[in-house]
Amino acid sequence: MTDLLAKFDRFAAEHQTLLDAGLLDPFGVVMEEVLSPTRAVIGGRETILVGTYNYMGMTFEPSVLAAAKAAIDRFGAGSTGSRVLNGTFAAHVGVEAALREFYAMDHAIVFSTGYQANLGMVSTLAGKGDVIVLDADSHASIYDGCKLGHAEVVRFRHNDAADLDRRLGRLPKEAGRLVVLEGVYSMLGDVAPLKELVAVAKAHGAMVLVDEAHAMGFFGPHGRGVYEAQGLEGEVDFVVGTFSKSVGTVGGFAVSNHPKFEILRLVTNPYRFTASLPPAVVAAAEASIRCLMRAADKRERLWAATRALHAGLREAGFRLATETAESAIIAVLMPDQEATVAMWDALLRHGIYVNMSRPPATPAGVFLLRCSLSSEHSREDVATIVDRFIEARASLAAAAAA
Amino acid sequence: MTDRAETLARLLELIAPYNVRGVELSETTRFAEDLELDSLTVMDLVANIEDAWDINLPLNLLPELETVGQVADAVVRLAAR
Repeated sequence: MTDLLAKFDRFAAEHQTLLDAGLLDPFGVVMEEVLSPTRAVIGGRETILVGTYNYMGMTFEPSVLAAAKAAIDRFGAGSTGSRVLNGTFAAHVGVEAALREFYAMDHAIVFSTGYQANLGMVSTLAGKGDVIVLDADSHASIYDGCKLGHAEVVRFRHNDAADLDRRLGRLPKEAGRLVVLEGVYSMLGDVAPLKELVAVAKAHGAMVLVDEAHAMGFFGPHGRGVYEAQGLEGEVDFVVGTFSKSVGTVGGFAVSNHPKFEILRLVTNPYRFTASLPPAVVAAAEASIRCLMRAADKRERLWAATRALHAGLREAGFRLATETAESAIIAVLMPDQEATVAMWDALLRHGIYVNMSRPPATPAGVFLLRCSLSSEHSREDVATIVDRFIEARASLAAAAAA
Repeated sequence: MTDRAETLARLLELIAPYNVRGVELSETTRFAEDLELDSLTVMDLVANIEDAWDINLPLNLLPELETVGQVADAVVRLAAR
């Protein structure tokens, strides 16, 4: 009998090496208690969370928690069904109405996760004979959406409009085209030049889908995303987003003004062949989205915290992935896996949680300690985070010298 | 540049910078096993091949293309299209 799990032995050995070195497991963090959008208890110690994508700090917002509790009482713990059968409650309709309002679009469809939103939209929009042209640094959910569908898939070099133009120019005239972009790329935290990319896509007669997962709430006058900040309303055909970042719960969605959009509910497998979100989750999401319509103060605090962390880490001599604080993700570049894991471990021991990222999640050969800010990180928090980065680095240098 | 021999020669030039293990490059060289290219390196190489012949090499084809010779065949076919 061939052991089907043997193909993963190399990964298992690599992971074991890390654990044998006495380091904490970057993929096995347990939060014993979550105290606020910026604090949790990890390993018995109060830790500042600097890697949770909780951009707008909505996870403990009183109106959000109240809506979730009321929905449990009104609808029960779960829907036990698909959106197209028994799984659509008033709460699901309510969150879709809030999304239409937030984006000022005619249609909104809610999926059970952000991953499934991309899986469903990408695999269904582009069918046999169509071509998907996507940014090489696209999220795994977009790549998996490509694999699930039957379209041809072509990549262009990250954020490169001329490269997109060349690849679209090579396609047969008759092929339907879907260009897939992201507003903020989550590994390096860099923002896409959507204006240029969308213009190229439109010149080639392509429909455009933009994933704004890491931009909702704090890009553009209404917080709709990078496409809004760059003045592209009416140019983007489909916007995909998530409830698991700025909205503070879980779920995914797509919004559009396309007049035929609603048919997607009946033909998209990752929508119709899975259970709908629990009522408490969609009710929380609706309450949160309605708060985000009036969250100018949170937005300002988030940008202030982000700029302060970028400046503080740079001043302390850390190498950052972007010249300026382009988004609420500040990625610290590390030389290799060993240094990354060691620094990640030292940071956690100093009460700071960040994300450790490495290939293949990151672009070619890049190792990162990825920080994401929240509107609820205070000025003092940011100063503490920078101090602890410096202390953690010093502790490693001392250990190496000993 | 759609002649098979020319295509192969140019392809070998494009692959050379990625041959960090210094294996002998030929028709039968395998990308995964011999060159040990990871998915991110493959991404780079594919983009370079596409630009060299002004073609798109769809991702869907990649699982079928295990050797240098198979890529040469695919390039000849796509460039003729």
